[in-house]
Amino acid sequence: MLRRDFIKIASATTGLIAAGQPWTAFSQGVANGVLNVAINPEPPGLMLALIQNGPTQLVAGNIYEGLLRYDAELNPMPGLAASWTISEDALTYSFKLKPGVTWHDGKPFSADDVVFSVDKLLRETHARLRSSLVAVDSITAPDADTVIFKLKYPFGPFIGLFEVGTMPIVPKHLYDGTDYRTNPANNTPIGTGPFKFKEWVKGSYIQLVRHEAYHEAGFPGIDGIYFHVIPDAASRAAAYESGKMDVMPGGTIEYFDIQRLKALPKTDVTTKGWEFFGPHCWMWLNNRSGPLADVRVRKAIMYALDREAMKNVAWYGFGKVATGPFSTTTRFHSDDVTPYPHDKAKAKALLAEAGYKGETLRLLPLPYGETWQRFAEMARQNLAEVGIKVELQATDVAGWNEKLNNWDYDLAFTYLYQYGDPALGVQRNYTTSNIQKGSPWNNVSGYSNPKVDELFERGAKEPNPTRRRAIYTEAQKILVDEVPVAWLIELEFPTIYRSNIQNLVNSAIGLNDGFARAKVTKA
Amino acid sequence: MRDFWRRFRRNKGALVGLAVLAAVLCLALFAPLIDGGDPWAMVQRPFLPPFELAHTLFGTDTLGRDIGTGLVYGARVSLMIGFVSTVAALVLGVTLGAVSGYYGGWIDAALMRFTELFQTVPSFALAIVLVAIFQPSVGSIVTAIAIVSWPPVARLVRGEFLTLRQRDFVEAARLDGQSDLRIIFVELLPNAASSIVVMASLMVATAILLESSLSFMGLGDPDLMSWGFMIGAARTVLRQAWWMSVFPGLAILMTVLALNLVGEGLSDGLNTKLGGGRGNAGL
Repeated sequence: MLRRDFIKIASATTGLIAAGQPWTAFSQGVANGVLNVAINPEPPGLMLALIQNGPTQLVAGNIYEGLLRYDAELNPMPGLAASWTISEDALTYSFKLKPGVTWHDGKPFSADDVVFSVDKLLRETHARLRSSLVAVDSITAPDADTVIFKLKYPFGPFIGLFEVGTMPIVPKHLYDGTDYRTNPANNTPIGTGPFKFKEWVKGSYIQLVRHEAYHEAGFPGIDGIYFHVIPDAASRAAAYESGKMDVMPGGTIEYFDIQRLKALPKTDVTTKGWEFFGPHCWMWLNNRSGPLADVRVRKAIMYALDREAMKNVAWYGFGKVATGPFSTTTRFHSDDVTPYPHDKAKAKALLAEAGYKGETLRLLPLPYGETWQRFAEMARQNLAEVGIKVELQATDVAGWNEKLNNWDYDLAFTYLYQYGDPALGVQRNYTTSNIQKGSPWNNVSGYSNPKVDELFERGAKEPNPTRRRAIYTEAQKILVDEVPVAWLIELEFPTIYRSNIQNLVNSAIGLNDGFARAKVTKA
Repeated sequence: MRDFWRRFRRNKGALVGLAVLAAVLCLALFAPLIDGGDPWAMVQRPFLPPFELAHTLFGTDTLGRDIGTGLVYGARVSLMIGFVSTVAALVLGVTLGAVSGYYGGWIDAALMRFTELFQTVPSFALAIVLVAIFQPSVGSIVTAIAIVSWPPVARLVRGEFLTLRQRDFVEAARLDGQSDLRIIFVELLPNAASSIVVMASLMVATAILLESSLSFMGLGDPDLMSWGFMIGAARTVLRQAWWMSVFPGLAILMTVLALNLVGEGLSDGLNTKLGGGRGNAGL
């Protein structure tokens, strides 16, 4: 689900080398229209409605589809739905489905499949969607081509819920009345997408082939895809260098290798395709006690951190310095906030004013490998330069989770996805109702401001985008002034691919949207 | 003592080792005088090759930290951890070995089974597990190294004691009514000292290697700049920036080699059988 899972498992499974793979499985290369894509770790399954971690989305986005797709500005585009209307009161969303869509097994696709998928199956299996479906009163199919969602109250982010990873549509005829998790169809996933599941050799590769009856004429532009499981980062880089791989999705190549691969002939790099996720990195500041309870100390930390240098050195130039709680790709991001340039003098002055007496602060880095460790070392150095004593705490993933779950930290690195909308991916980290022990993804810093609570509450239920923007602009202003956390970098996960692959990334969810529109030209 | 030095001196390698070791020791002791900088400070542009600028002679690492400063301060960490963990292992090993060898019988059997328990587990694997459980810090690293290195000491001391305790002078001491503790410390231990000293010098080398390996794997104390940490951090850019791993690598190699040579010299020097003058009166 999170890219961090990628890296976590990648670093946990060293030692396995790609040499053990049947290299015959690697096709003759890009020329005949078959793409070789690296994947890591191996997905636990491909049934997208049950599992939504990164690798599963990467493969299953080719097999399944959602009602809508989103462009890089998160505007909805037709998917399985050809058109849609939203009622004046923002309580009724009706979708006209595309005619003539068939499942991979030849059965026709209809509105019944959508109602079943969302109302019955996903409500049970998809935790993230389930919390949004609370706003839904009923889902009905008046005829075979129409689906109507009726809401209990206006829900601002609703139109952003229809991408394939959030709301994958699965075949009713295979799943209705069965135990979803043990259904044998999970092993041979059937969807409406541009590629059909062909074969999965565990530990080696997953093969997809083109769905000839795909509903968009002329697509898919390639014949098939092999997803090669290569657990070791160095082996993945080598596989691309030796020409065996065509596409290295974001997260499969370490940042320090990117420079080298980028320089190879006929290689392109793109950072697009993550707009929906908006991976946002910050440092939790434990607002509850000690020096960090003082807003001046928190501000001093913002001024002390040389975030521009962190981006350039630790992240090799990838990413953007975050200006506040909203990623620039998330809806209603506002630049109208207090800026925090690197300013040591100001940081020292603020610390003196706050009466900071040199208490040692514990800093918990994210245990996801090299890049994160260097990142933490830079932060510690920046803080030491203005006189803040910092002690790095070495930890593993379990320890990191446990410490954040129990609020047993002073400073801690993290990054989270924002899912395009503040009500889905930002609100959870700053509102009082989300201060709960036991999760590292909620309001871990313990920041609480009734005004901010009220703004987020209103923002979520406001259907009018102009009014939502005003509400969220105000919320961002307040948050950036009160520094509940130290925002660091909007992360970028570059995708590396051969230059003769055209139109590889064409939506806000990037490769997770499938390879239907990609084309291969003669090298 | 003069005899010892004469025998030690005869081993040319040992002299070289002693010189290197002395240099590293000076480096560690006077680190702030030699290089006033902070090893963590980002002083120059990252990936600066060596021998380009006078004040960053050894180049900079991926964050722009001076490799030279890191080497100087790394000497401190490596030697400190090497010595402290060796002392801890000696205390543990000598005590258990002495008790085991002196009393024999079921005490010996029990203690030796306990020792074997540790010896059957690969030491590096055990060290990794210990550090991972207790979270990496100087304390946990020293403890882990001590815990994996004491069993050979215990066995050595036990062996020495087993033979020594049957000697006449021990019997005499016993008839004299001396307490067990006194016999162990005054009669037996000094006679076993030479082998312990030789072993200890090699243990320091092993401890430095262990610490480096742990740091290399990311299990070092994150607040201490050690040679192993430097190599571990540079490993991923080995193909772009050789100097980041080569210099700390050389530092480890030289120090460990020096310790081994000195150990050999000590072994020669303390071995009275080798002659070298009036010597061998004891035999």
